[in-house]
Amino acid sequence: MAVVFQKTKGLTDTPFTYCPGCTHGIIHRLVAECLEELEILDRTIAIASVGCSVMSYEFFNCDAIQAAHGRAPAVATGVKRVHPDKIVFTYQGDGDLASIGTGEIVQAAHRGDNITVIFVNNAIYGMTGGQMAPTTLPGQITTTSPYGRDVSKQGEPIRMAELMAQIPGAAYIERVMTADPVSVRKAKRAIKKAFEIQKNGGGFSMIEILSSCNIGWGLSPVDSLKYIKEEMASYFPLGVFKDKGASQ
Amino acid sequence: MSKVLMKGNEAIAQAAIAAGCDAFFGYPITPQNEICEYMSKYLAKSGGAFVQAESELAAINMVYGAAGAGARTMTSSSSPGIALKQEGISYCAGAELPCVIVAISRGGPGLGGILPAQGDYNQATRGGGNGDYKVVVLAPNGVQEATEMVRDAFLLSEKYRNPVMVMADGVIGQMMEPVEINTDPLPKFEKPWAATGESQSRGTRNVINSLFLNPVDLENHNIALRKKYDTIEENEVQVDLYMMEDADIALVAYGTPSRIVKSAIEEMRSQGIKVGLIRPKTLYPFPFKQINEAADKVKFMLTAELSMGQMVHDVRLAVNGKVPVYFYGRAGGMIFEPKEISDAVKSHLGGE
Ligand SMILES: Cc1ncc(C[n+]2csc(CCOP(=O)(O)OP(=O)(O)O)c2C)c(N)n1
Ligand code: SF4
Ligand SMILES: [Mg+2]
Repeated sequence: MAVVFQKTKGLTDTPFTYCPGCTHGIIHRLVAECLEELEILDRTIAIASVGCSVMSYEFFNCDAIQAAHGRAPAVATGVKRVHPDKIVFTYQGDGDLASIGTGEIVQAAHRGDNITVIFVNNAIYGMTGGQMAPTTLPGQITTTSPYGRDVSKQGEPIRMAELMAQIPGAAYIERVMTADPVSVRKAKRAIKKAFEIQKNGGGFSMIEILSSCNIGWGLSPVDSLKYIKEEMASYFPLGVFKDKGASQ
Repeated sequence: MSKVLMKGNEAIAQAAIAAGCDAFFGYPITPQNEICEYMSKYLAKSGGAFVQAESELAAINMVYGAAGAGARTMTSSSSPGIALKQEGISYCAGAELPCVIVAISRGGPGLGGILPAQGDYNQATRGGGNGDYKVVVLAPNGVQEATEMVRDAFLLSEKYRNPVMVMADGVIGQMMEPVEINTDPLPKFEKPWAATGESQSRGTRNVINSLFLNPVDLENHNIALRKKYDTIEENEVQVDLYMMEDADIALVAYGTPSRIVKSAIEEMRSQGIKVGLIRPKTLYPFPFKQINEAADKVKFMLTAELSMGQMVHDVRLAVNGKVPVYFYGRAGGMIFEPKEISDAVKSHLGGE
């Protein structure tokens, strides 16, 4: 019988710990497929962060280092500087990257470190039970914004891709989403491009991926995908915000 | 080789390079700046990596990454910066990563001052990071010994897969002394556990991690760590005894103050007071046994520190009530003179 679909070699056989309907799993598969297709599995070191994806070191079929909350980019710098020929990527949530780890992410880009950052923005702290994140949408209800995010007191959500694009050291910044088959395919192209840039010594790349947290949002998986497309993507526009390679 | 006159911080940096340091991550803070500066000038030339990090937090996490990927790596800082590193030190201890942290101490708390002090004994030996862990702490009394201890620190860290701190007061960092730096290649320990990337050709994935969600696994990890610390306590204590054979009184001091105490001892000896010195060279593991044995032969002990009294608590634990343990200390960058020590000893002579 002809094989029509095979699980990527970029993932281990360990079952995911994500809630059913969560798009963390889709993003894992995309990253893993890129590692396999680019034939870099045997020279990749993944940096897992703190969030629902903390166990990603069990899922990606490559060497891995689990980093403290927010510090994954600094850990990646440490690895990359002693292994400049290896592929190093971080996998971080929005609490991890856009709140506690803003210093580390900005400075890794500022140094122009040749690493790839997979930034999973689900507008919430999924792991700790659905608290407000810097990316939580105006009016969005979370366990620490029970009356909805009040931008007069809690600020307006931070757009990381736009912010990171301003940093001279950043080489490639794109925002994508995982809301339907088309956007998932586009997300994969972006992730692959980021790894190709690193492979070619092109410098710092970050792919922000609008992702679902159906449990934290209190929506069904299907409604969550709709929420990504209609609510998140209208506040966080998709697109390429920086492409040093193209402008040269 | 002949001796050359070098500033402590630069000698420490050169000793690290001579010991095969692959990567250094630092952040400016007085009084350790010359370590970063020296590394930026010379480490890359010898094939290593130098990064001026954005903070001490980032620096220790870069160390965590580089050590996890198999490199021989180091960071340095001073008191408030060491405070910031505690999170990363706990992670390094949890994931059992070898690394060296050089701490050139200054006065505190808070921003404190920039002059030498020993108020970080507790921070170094107890740690400010979370969890059941230990960091080996070496305390040199001069520039030469600081260079030897840096070398020793790399060895111990790799032997035990544990962070090792070299804690020197700011005097050692800033003063110049004649030194001869050991340039013999330091053996590289095999690191088959390191996350170096070759998961497929190796046939297994190497993962650096301190997370154990299953309580049974975490307890087993804690027990294994404790066993390692037991071995370290059994085998790695270093202590210098000076004029202790016939001593009636033991002074206990580490680092630069131990040299001032030696001058005081010579002065008191000339006056017929039989005083000796116990100088812990390892603050963890602490020489509990040696101090306890010494307590059988002396009338009292006096601990002298550039703090308001931190190591003295370990000395009291060691002595276990056998004899009184007194304390004399200065702080804030003020340094005692030998006479202050002799006066302190004499003030306790009468009643004994
Ligand atoms: C220093 C520290 N502070 C807080 C936490 C608790 N914590 C664990 S995960 C998390 C939030 C993660 O949210 P995010 O990065 O958005 O990831 P998600 O779970 O949403 O994918 C927090 C605050 C921690 N582990 N360490
Ligand atoms: S809590 Fe949210 S982000 Fe975490 S696994 Fe569940 S759905 Fe996904
Ligand atoms: Mg999140």
